[in-house]
Amino acid sequence: MTEQVPKWASETFWKKTAIWVTGGSFVLLVILTFDSMSQITAGGSRVQAYSVINKDISYRLDKTKQRYQPIIGGDAPLFGKMLTEEEAEKLVDHGKKTVQTKNCMNCHTLLGNGAYYAPDLTKAWLDQGWGAKASREELMVNFLLDPEKNARTFGSNRKMPNLDITQSEAEAIVAFLKWMSAIDTNGFPHNFTAIGEED
Amino acid sequence: MTLQTYQEKAAVYWSNCKQRHAKFMANPNLSGGQKLAVHYFTVAMVLFMAQLLFGLLAGMQFIFPSFLYEILDFNVNRMVHINAMVVWMLYGFLGSIYWFLEEESGVPIVGLKWGHLAFWVLTGAVTIVVLVYLLIQIGSGDDTSLWLINEGREYIEAPRWADIGIVIVILVFFYNVTATFAAGKWSGIAGVLTLDLVALAGLYTAGMFYVTNISVDQYWWWWVIHLWVEATWEVLVGCIMAWSLMKLLGVRRKVVQTWLYIEVALMFGSGILGLGHHYFWIGTPEYWFTIGGFFSALEPIPLVAMVVHSIYDSGAHRFKNSNHPALTWIIAHAFGNFLGAGVWGFMHTLPQINLYTHGTQWSASHGHLAFFGAYATINIAFFYLAAQQVRGNVWMGGDLANGWRWKTAAVLLNLGVMGMTVALLIAGYEQSFIERAVEGSTWAGYFAAQNNHWFMQAMVWRMVFGLMTAVGGGLLFWDLLEIGKGETRPAAIIQNDAITD
Repeated sequence: MTEQVPKWASETFWKKTAIWVTGGSFVLLVILTFDSMSQITAGGSRVQAYSVINKDISYRLDKTKQRYQPIIGGDAPLFGKMLTEEEAEKLVDHGKKTVQTKNCMNCHTLLGNGAYYAPDLTKAWLDQGWGAKASREELMVNFLLDPEKNARTFGSNRKMPNLDITQSEAEAIVAFLKWMSAIDTNGFPHNFTAIGEED
Repeated sequence: MTLQTYQEKAAVYWSNCKQRHAKFMANPNLSGGQKLAVHYFTVAMVLFMAQLLFGLLAGMQFIFPSFLYEILDFNVNRMVHINAMVVWMLYGFLGSIYWFLEEESGVPIVGLKWGHLAFWVLTGAVTIVVLVYLLIQIGSGDDTSLWLINEGREYIEAPRWADIGIVIVILVFFYNVTATFAAGKWSGIAGVLTLDLVALAGLYTAGMFYVTNISVDQYWWWWVIHLWVEATWEVLVGCIMAWSLMKLLGVRRKVVQTWLYIEVALMFGSGILGLGHHYFWIGTPEYWFTIGGFFSALEPIPLVAMVVHSIYDSGAHRFKNSNHPALTWIIAHAFGNFLGAGVWGFMHTLPQINLYTHGTQWSASHGHLAFFGAYATINIAFFYLAAQQVRGNVWMGGDLANGWRWKTAAVLLNLGVMGMTVALLIAGYEQSFIERAVEGSTWAGYFAAQNNHWFMQAMVWRMVFGLMTAVGGGLLFWDLLEIGKGETRPAAIIQNDAITD
């Protein structure tokens, strides 16, 4: 075997390639991250301001894009109370924090990420399982306060455990779920008929 | 028994432990770094057993939902299952690097005492975190719970105080690696390893803050999870694999290092922007469809290259080596990494299919085979290298006394994980089809898919293969404690491209 190694197979060639490819990819990722961050800041078109919880939210097929998209409608204050942007952010923040500290993500998925033992929460606010828009808020809060008594097992025998959620935490979780349902998730989930959109 | 009897028994047990530890520390066959490595390997194996146990409990709850209801709920079992996995793999990696650090650098580890201190601090912290997970489980929705109990973000649930501790321990480790190479000699492996460790530690800090906006939260969360698992961890095992091939088969350093650079170029070239496949549905812009789809489709290429590399080297060296269990697991690694991370990942990575498979049992199927194939296997290979050296560098071939143990363990573990993967894949097919495509992803649709007899059958089969994996794991533990004892034949000395007895 000859020791004459062609340039393309040499150690130094690949060392330099590795450095340039890694560096180049990382620089591109950083640039894309700046752009993505500017597009997903709350208050933009992709991720709505927290005060969107004052509005009616739905989810419909956009026939031009062939993709389901959130639809923001008229006033529909959560728990009958119009909130300022600041108040809404505080409420959603409390909800998000509660979702984390109660470890919801190790049974449920949020935006499709998490565990697969319980349903996805991305569009939980819009799920037909709540029956009618009028009774939805109350049903959700009651369910969170006492999931065993108000179990929604859909014939599966899988019950959510009681997580010692307080009234204010339950309302905050509902606010967080309502805000999350307004995020433009590029059409995920697909083919989803939201509550009130049955016809 | 009275309290005093318990105390006396505990004192005797503790004194026995101390004696065994002192005896181990006096083992003349191991260098200082290797002794530290064995500490890491031991805890890694204990955590591996915990991963198996809590996986079984969580799997059982799919079949019997009232099992341990409100005692150890699914979210607790699943959290311990995946956290034990992440931590035992990290312990395995740290141990593997400590194992070869002195041989690779040519000098003793610079801060060995710090290394031992960091090990005990980390192990103490892990014990506390697990106890809090099991006994306290959840807290109220405030910052105190995030700091002390659980951050509630999949894979990196550890509370904030533990995050800070982990970073400090990794910094001690990083100091030991770089300072030891600096004091001794640098090599290609050393260079790649050092840069990779900088990235690995730096990325962890991207997961150490709280933010209200869940899209921003998941954006950075994926920086940690993806850029660890599909980039920096892969390169880390690339370094470990490179050293193993020189050690086990006597492959020339120049060949191994050239391959390592090729793998780094391919792995980072595809893996860094392949991150985009996690940005399809979390609120991020549409251009991630193209970037994520394209680069993640390239991610299997370095894994194919690794298989080619391993087969070539094994063939070129006619499989001659003196540690058959370790080589078996290295081969399992090459194929498992390619199949689990490469093929199973590629199958559902393009957005056109991922729209239906995202957040279903497809991901669980991919996760089981990928973590096992890419990372569990290479760690197990190192456990066998360590066992060999602990017993005085004896011959560890297929004809060992009680050789059935390592062979059976390998068969049970590989078959068990593959069986779970296929069962979960079937559940994933069914779930994507019925819940997503037919029912439109509502909660009623979700449960229609979960209640379907195909799904339930898949969960039963997953349990059967899960039990097989657990038996294999137990056997592996037993084997590692016993293998090579009483063996007197010395291991063959493996040199560059030649073997002499």
